[in-house]
Order: sequence, then structure tokens, then C-alpha cells
Amino acid sequence: MITAGIDCGSQNTKGVILKDGEVVAKALIPTEFDADLAAQNVLNKILSDAGIKKEDISRIVITGVGREIVKWGDVEVNEVGAACRGAKRAFADTETVIDMGADSCRVIRLNPDGTVMKYEVNDKCASGAGTFIEAMARALQITTEEMGDYSLRHTKELATNAQCVVFAESEVISLIHAKESREDIAYGVHMGIANRIASMIRRVGLTDKYTFVGGPGYNKGLISCMSKVFEREIRVAEDNMFMSAIGAAIFGTEN
Amino acid sequence: MIANYGYEDGSGHYYIKIDTAKCAECEGKSCISVCPEKLFATELDDFDDEVVIIREDVRNTLQTACANCKANGKKELCLQNCEAGAIGFSW
Amino acid sequence: MAEIEKVEYWRWTESNWKNPDIPDWHGSLITAGVDIGSTSTQAVILADGIPYAYSNMRTGSNSPDSAIGAINWAMKDTGLTLEDITYTIGTGHGRVNVPVSNKTVTEITCHARGANFIYGPSIRTILDMGGQDCKAIHCDENGAVTSFMMNDKCAAGTGRGMEVIANLLAVRVEDIGDMSFQIDEEPAPVSSTCVIFAKSEATKLMRAGWSKEKVLAAYCHAMALRVARLLERNGMEPDFAITGGIAKNKGVVKRIERIMGVEALQPKWDTQIAGAVGAALIAKDLVEKKRAKAAQ
Repeated sequence: MITAGIDCGSQNTKGVILKDGEVVAKALIPTEFDADLAAQNVLNKILSDAGIKKEDISRIVITGVGREIVKWGDVEVNEVGAACRGAKRAFADTETVIDMGADSCRVIRLNPDGTVMKYEVNDKCASGAGTFIEAMARALQITTEEMGDYSLRHTKELATNAQCVVFAESEVISLIHAKESREDIAYGVHMGIANRIASMIRRVGLTDKYTFVGGPGYNKGLISCMSKVFEREIRVAEDNMFMSAIGAAIFGTEN
Repeated sequence: MIANYGYEDGSGHYYIKIDTAKCAECEGKSCISVCPEKLFATELDDFDDEVVIIREDVRNTLQTACANCKANGKKELCLQNCEAGAIGFSW
Repeated sequence: MAEIEKVEYWRWTESNWKNPDIPDWHGSLITAGVDIGSTSTQAVILADGIPYAYSNMRTGSNSPDSAIGAINWAMKDTGLTLEDITYTIGTGHGRVNVPVSNKTVTEITCHARGANFIYGPSIRTILDMGGQDCKAIHCDENGAVTSFMMNDKCAAGTGRGMEVIANLLAVRVEDIGDMSFQIDEEPAPVSSTCVIFAKSEATKLMRAGWSKEKVLAAYCHAMALRVARLLERNGMEPDFAITGGIAKNKGVVKRIERIMGVEALQPKWDTQIAGAVGAALIAKDLVEKKRAKAAQ
């Protein structure tokens, strides 16, 4: 059976083709201002990469915030359903999924059979989302990719106070002026986010097996801070960016 | 005076309300010792009454700080133990 | 209110003022209030409870210096010296750093007392919208606080949030008020609370062909709704007044008035001195109380 999953995120659109449980093609392009066009481009790219015709796909499944706009899929699955299927495929014993995107963060507690027990979403405030890290990287004049390595090289436990992106930008600049190192500031930024995510996790209940999906999973500094706060390993799936797209494709194989 | 400590952001409002008139009369001030996050402290207010406040450094993280206590599903520990009936939550 | 000295500084003006009706000091009770905020510092000198002089200047990197600097600048043309001041109260963010103060009092208490003076004793609800925070204060006829609620965690609903949108649209902050009314019909408010998300939303609206004026109207509308919620939660009762930087932004003020169904009072004095004048009045009350006790 061949299915396609397309995750229409606020920043990037991701697509995968799943053939008998194996990912045979994947692609990512920036969403920019036309979510529908981005989704079509991603679909065309994975079809040609996999050498598969559109007619051969049993189901095209759409997920992500762009579901509102992209209406030509065969079926839709919400972000929670997609993320937990993706996470469960990567680590079968997953109890809690942390799904962080550019503009939102979800914490999903799973039942042993993989169904959703309860979840928490924050998509109203940027303080716990990927955007926060990007804005802080800009204030530090380093790239988002560099944030992780800088943070891992920290030499002291610097704490940041501001939670709002707008106020945190000013705080980072005053910390630079106060001669704090970029490494320590990056660490402080990540610890701040880790603590905010921790409060979401407490609301769904603490567990032992955490799996992180979504773009910021590449940020080793963030993951290290989260492991420190939870005193548990935070596992990041390979292809963490594509987990929700894969989850959507899995959804297409059900029923 | 009704003092509301906390904040509102996109995700909601998180204020702890303290009625300082009731609080000034309270001898036990048990809220201070029962709070696992040590959110409460005393302060001499501008009229020299000893009243309970929420510590300045935790006022903007109440959603996080109270999450454990609220996750129990029971009445918050400070509310349970406040003899003066001076404490309230906005969320 | 004759401003006798002005120094342009960045976005606002440093100033000092002396009451022309009090030519000389004749041994009356002199009290002072100093409000050290994160960006500006005000000092007010009262002679028997009447404003004698005040100054409004930028807070330097050293708050003790700013405090003394503000007092000295206020007293510049009065012939007074620091020794003539019987009692000084410090307030504001940097209040612990006022070296000449006899006591410190929280800014909420001072602000309410000051608003009672600036607007008269009928004032009950004060909305103070600063650059980095937003406060709702309810007070009684004596200017004593009955309830307050503050938000300094989130930039939405503060001057800083407005600046972000102004920068995005390349509009000067002081033009926002007028521009936001140059529309045919009031648009729906921007739906995102978070400034960062509102910024993306504004970008999308511009791409969808909205004019800058319409986007500003939608943002001012959203901001007004947000502070209206804060006011309602804290207790809203007329008379009502708005202080702080946003008070100058008609686009937000008029919309708050429309939502709340009340008109904001017009101030008799510069509202920036509310905290400092409140501190100086509390200082006067304290001295009089002490003197009354000593006389018994």
C-alpha cells in the first residue's frame, strides 16, 4: 500500500511517501505565503523522487495548520493524531510526545495502545515555540543552527527572566552589553523554554519515555536542557522534521 | 486592597488574588509554608501592615509554578490552608 | 504650565517646570517624590502640597545619580537645596536606589495617590499603559488603592507591542492614532494576542490588500479589547482615566472608551508625574501625621 502524508506547517511544508511501511521519498520546502502552492510543490517533488504516479497513491493525507487551506487531500488528520503516530513509529514505547513547531507546541500523553490520553497545546503565545529560539539567535547574531552548539559550550548556569519574545530580545541584548558570553545566554534561553514545556508536561502528567518531534529537535542544546529539567532522556527521532508527515501517511493506511 | 499578581499572555490569564485586608489580620499565614514552590512571602505594605505577597521573581511564571499543584485536580494547597479566605485564582 | 527648558532626546522630551505662582519659598513644608522608571525619572517638589517644581528626564545607567539629578534639576530655579526638603519618598522600578529618600513606597500606591491629585477625587479607575507594562488600578476617594492588576510579562497591550507593529508598517508611533481612523469601516480586531503572531497576521493582511490604516485600526482594536479585559477583571468604575505613553495614542484610547462605554477624564497636569507627585503627597501626609503626634 502506498500513502502520502503532507504536513502543512506555518514555516515549512513537509511531504513523505510511505510504501509498505517504508519511507521512499521525503521533501521539505518553505511554506511562505501560499500554503496550497507549497503543498502541491511538495507532492510533485516526492512523486518524482519516488518515481510514483499520483494515481498509484491510495490516500493523500493532509495535516498541519495549513489544513484549513489545502483542501485537495483524500483525508485530513489533526496535528495531534499525526505527531503521535510518527513518534510511536520512531519509538514504540513512547509515553509522551513533545511536538514543537515554529508557531506552536503540543505535549501529548499516550495510552499504552498508542491512543491519545490527553494533550496540551500552546499556539497562542510564541514563548514556547521554535520562533522564540530563532528570534533569540537573531539577537545573538548567530544562526538558529548554531544555537545548540553555543548552548552546549556554556560555562555557567545563566538564568533569563523575560518570557515574551519581544521582551526577551531586549533582555538578550542587555545581557550581551553586560558582557555575558553568547554561549551562556544561549543556554539561558533554552532553559527558559525547557521550563515552559515542563509546565505543559506536568499538566498531562509526568512519564518516563519522551519522544521529541518537530524542527527544533535538531537543536542539541535545547534537547540537553529539556533532559536536564525532566531528569529523563528526551529521544529525538531521526527525520524529526518529517515525523508528522510520516504520521499522516500512516493514518492513510488505517481503516 | 485586592492585589492581583500574575500576568496574561496569548494562552490565558494567570493571576493569584490576595485580599491584603484579610491577610493583615491572619496570624498563621500558612500559605507561606504549605506552598511547595515557595511563591508566598510577607512584606510590610505601605501602611505598615504585614501582608502576604507573591514573590516578585515568580510573578511571571505562575502558570509553570502552580502546574504541579493544579495537576492534582484538588483545591490548591494554599487555598486549602488559607484560614483568612484571602486567596483566589483567576484560572 | 510653562516649560522653561526642553532637551530633545530620542523619542520624547526631557523637561523641567517651576510654578510661576510661587515666586519664593517662605518656610512652608517642602516634600519631594522621585519616580525612577526603567526609561524615565521624574522628581516633584511640593510646597504645602502644591506643586512647586518638577522635572522629567531620562533614567541614566546609574539610578542614584538619576534620582539626585532629577531633584536638582527640578529645584534649579527655586533657590531650594536638598537640605530644605523635609521628607523624600522614592518610588518606581529603581526606588531602592534613591539615596536621598527617607522611605520607599510601591509605584501602584503612588500612582493612585497621584491620579487622585491630577484628575480629582472622583477618579476610581486608572489604566496605566507604559512602554513595558500595563496596570489597572481601582482606588477610593482618598486615592488609596482598592485593587490592582498588572501585566508586564507579555508585550501585547504595551507600548512595546505597538512599536513592533509600527516598525513593521514603517509608521511613526505618534501617527498611529490618526491613521487608524482613516478607514471606511472598523475592521475586525487582529485575532492573535502574541505580538509575534500578530506581526505575521499583519503581514498577511497587507498581502491580502489591506491598507496600513486598516491594519492599524485592527491592531488598535485588538489592543483596546485586551486592556478592556484587564480593566473588567480588576473592577471598572467611573470616573476613569488613562495614563502612560499610550494615553497619547487616540487610536487605542477612543476604542477603549467605545468598548467600555465611558469617556476618559482629561488631566489637569502632565500625567507622567503621577507617580512622583503621589510620592511627594504621601511624604507630606506622613510629615503632618508625625507632627500631629509630636504635638499631642
